Amino acid sequence: MPQTLYDKLWQNHVVHEEADGTALLYIDRHLVHEVTSPQAFEGLKLAGRKPWRVSSVVATADHNTPTNHWDRGIEDEVSRLQVETLDANIREVGALAYFPFKDPRQGIVHVVGPENGATLPGMTVVCGDSHTSTHGAFGCMAHGIGTSEVEHVLATQCLLQKKSKTMLLRVDGKLGKGVTAKDIALAIIGKIGTAGGTGYAIEFGGSAIRSLSMEGRMTLCNMAIEAGARLGFIAVDDVTINYVKGRPFAPKASDWDAAVAYWRTLHSDEGAQFDCVLDLRADDIQPQVTWGTSPEMVVAIDGCVPDPVKEKDPVRREGMERALQYMGLNPNTPIKAIKIDKVFIGSCTNSRIEDLRAAAAVVKGRKVAASVKLALVVPGSGLVKQQAEREGLDKVFIAAGFEWREPGCSMCLAMNADRLEPGERCASTSNRNFEGRQGAGGRTHLVSPEMAAAAAIAGHFADVREII
Amino acid sequence: MDKFVRLEGLVAPLDRANVDTDAIIPKQFLKSIKRSGFGPNLFDEWRYMDIGQPGRDNSQRPRNPNFVLNQPRYQGAQILLTRKNFGCGSSREHAPWALLDFGFHAVIAESFADIFFNNCFKNGILPIVLPAAELDALFAQVEATPGYKLTIDLERQVVVRPDGKALPFDVDAFRKECLINGWDDIGLTLRHADLIKTFEEKRRIAQPWLFA
Ligand code: SF4
Repeated sequence: MPQTLYDKLWQNHVVHEEADGTALLYIDRHLVHEVTSPQAFEGLKLAGRKPWRVSSVVATADHNTPTNHWDRGIEDEVSRLQVETLDANIREVGALAYFPFKDPRQGIVHVVGPENGATLPGMTVVCGDSHTSTHGAFGCMAHGIGTSEVEHVLATQCLLQKKSKTMLLRVDGKLGKGVTAKDIALAIIGKIGTAGGTGYAIEFGGSAIRSLSMEGRMTLCNMAIEAGARLGFIAVDDVTINYVKGRPFAPKASDWDAAVAYWRTLHSDEGAQFDCVLDLRADDIQPQVTWGTSPEMVVAIDGCVPDPVKEKDPVRREGMERALQYMGLNPNTPIKAIKIDKVFIGSCTNSRIEDLRAAAAVVKGRKVAASVKLALVVPGSGLVKQQAEREGLDKVFIAAGFEWREPGCSMCLAMNADRLEPGERCASTSNRNFEGRQGAGGRTHLVSPEMAAAAAIAGHFADVREII
Repeated sequence: MDKFVRLEGLVAPLDRANVDTDAIIPKQFLKSIKRSGFGPNLFDEWRYMDIGQPGRDNSQRPRNPNFVLNQPRYQGAQILLTRKNFGCGSSREHAPWALLDFGFHAVIAESFADIFFNNCFKNGILPIVLPAAELDALFAQVEATPGYKLTIDLERQVVVRPDGKALPFDVDAFRKECLINGWDDIGLTLRHADLIKTFEEKRRIAQPWLFA
C-alpha cells in the first residue's frame, strides 16, 4: 500500500506500541538550550537516572544571550545563572556537541542544528522549543516538547506519542517577485487559522515548495507550529541532499552513499492517502503583513486593517477588537500607512544567510528612515554571521543605519536586552506577534526579511515589489 | 506527580480564545531554573498594571481590578474555564507549572494547543474539551452565580454542574490511567528498557550515521 512520508518516518521509529496506539518512538537527535532544560537535568539527577545516549544531544545557549558587548559577558544575573547552569549540566553529562555562549558556532538552536549537519533526513528531532518543526524541512519528524519530555528523552531516548492525522498542503505554481517562504507560511496561517493544523502532521508539497531553497523550507516548516501543527515537513530531494553534504556531522565515505540511498525513499508514495488535502496557488500569494496579535491576523501588503464590524462570529469579533486596541490601530487603515518604530531581522524563522542576503539586497545603497529608532540585524548563528561578513553584508546594513549584532534569539522573544518598549511598533521577521512577545506592550507585525528591509527604508510598511 | 481522581472546585472564567503561553507566563519568568514559584506571575501582563520582573515582591504591585483572577469572587479557583485553542504558542512547560502553582488543577476549553495539552498531563493538570454550546452555558452560569463550583470526576469522565447535569468528556485511556495513579512516565517507559536497547542496536547497524 502506498505510504505517506509521515507513515514511513513513524514506522522507522516505533520501539513498541500499546494496544490503544500509544507508541514509544525512538529519538535520534535531541537539541537542548538553556531555558527549557535546567529542570529536566535536575529531575534526572533527583531520580538518580543517567542520560540514555548523550551522543544524541546537541546543545547551545541562545535565548538569553546578549547580542552586543560580548566582552562584558551576560550582565543580567538571572540569565547568566541559566546559561551557566547549562554549561554545568553539559560538562557533567556530556553531549555530541555543545556551542556555549561566545563559541564561534553558537547560535539559535534551529539554525545551529542544520548548519552543522546535526539535523539529518529521516531523523526524529526533538527540542524543548515549539519551533523544532523547522527541522521538518529535511524530511524529519521534528517537534517541540515540554520540559518533562526533555527529561523523558534524556532518560529513555524515547517519547510516548500517538499518531497524528495527516494533511497535505500543496502549493503549486510560481511565486512572484518579492514573495517568499515567509509569505507562503503567513498566507497558509491566514487561511487555515492558528488552530487549523492542530492534531495534524502537515506535509508541504507542490511545485512551489520544491522550488524553495533549504532556507526557505526551514522558514516554512518553522511556522507550521503557528498553524497549530506540531509537525511540518517536506520530502527529501536533491536540494536537501546537496545542503547536507559535507557538513560537520553529515555521514562520510561509504556511510554517505548508504544514507543517500535511504534518504531517497523519504517522500510520500504516489497515491498515498491523506486525511486532508489543501491546495494553494503560489501565484495568488502577495507579500504578507500581520495586523493583530495572532499570526492568523494577516493581510496582503495592498490590504487594509480589517473592520470587526464585518465579523459575524462574536468571539472572533471581540478578539479582533481587543487586538486592534492592543495594536493601536483603526479599522480600514491601509497597511502601507502604518508607521513603524523598530525593525528586527532575525529569529529561527528568518536569520539564515539567504534571509540576510535578501534583506541586504533591498537595503543596499539606501538609508533607514530617520523616524525609525532602531533597526537590528541579528544573524542566526556565528557561522551565518561569519559568512555574511565574508560577503560584506554587514557593511551594507551598517551603511544603511542598521545595527549588526551577535547571534541569538534576541528580539524574537526579548529575554535579553533587545526589546520593544510599551507602544512601540516593530516590523519583525520573527514568528509570533502575541501581546508582549517582543517586550511588554510592544506591537509586532510579522513580515519577510525583504518586507522588513523595505519598511525600515520607508519608515512604514511598503511593498517590496515596488522597490526591487 | 499528584494523583487526579475527582475534583470539586471553584471555577474562574477567562472568556478569550487563543490564549497563548506567552500570556500565561511571560518570558522574563522563564529565566528561572526551578519548577515552582510561577503562580504569582500567572497571566502577569493581564493581572498587574506594571511590568513584572523575576525576583520582585508581587504583593506590592498594582493589580488590574478588571482582570478576572483579581476579582474577590474567584479567589481560590481551581478550575479555569476558557475558549478555543488555549495554550497556543511556545512549548514552555512553565505555563502548566504556573497554572498549577496558582492552584488550577483543571482547564476546560473548546480546544487546546497540542504541546500545552500534552504538558498538562505531565503535571497532573486535566485539560477537558467540551463543545462550544456547553461552554456558552457554563460561562453564563459562572458569571451569574458567585461561588460557582464544578465537580470533575475523571473515573466516570464527566463534569457535573451544580444543577446535576453531567457533561461527558473524552480522555485518552493511557493518560487517564497515569493521572489517576499519579504515575511517572519515565518509570513506565523504562520498563521497556530492553526493547529500547534492542531497537537501538538494530538501528546502529542499519543507519550507523545516526550514531556518529
Ligand atoms: S528565535 Fe524565537 S522562536 Fe526561535 S527559538 Fe529563539 S525564541 Fe524561539
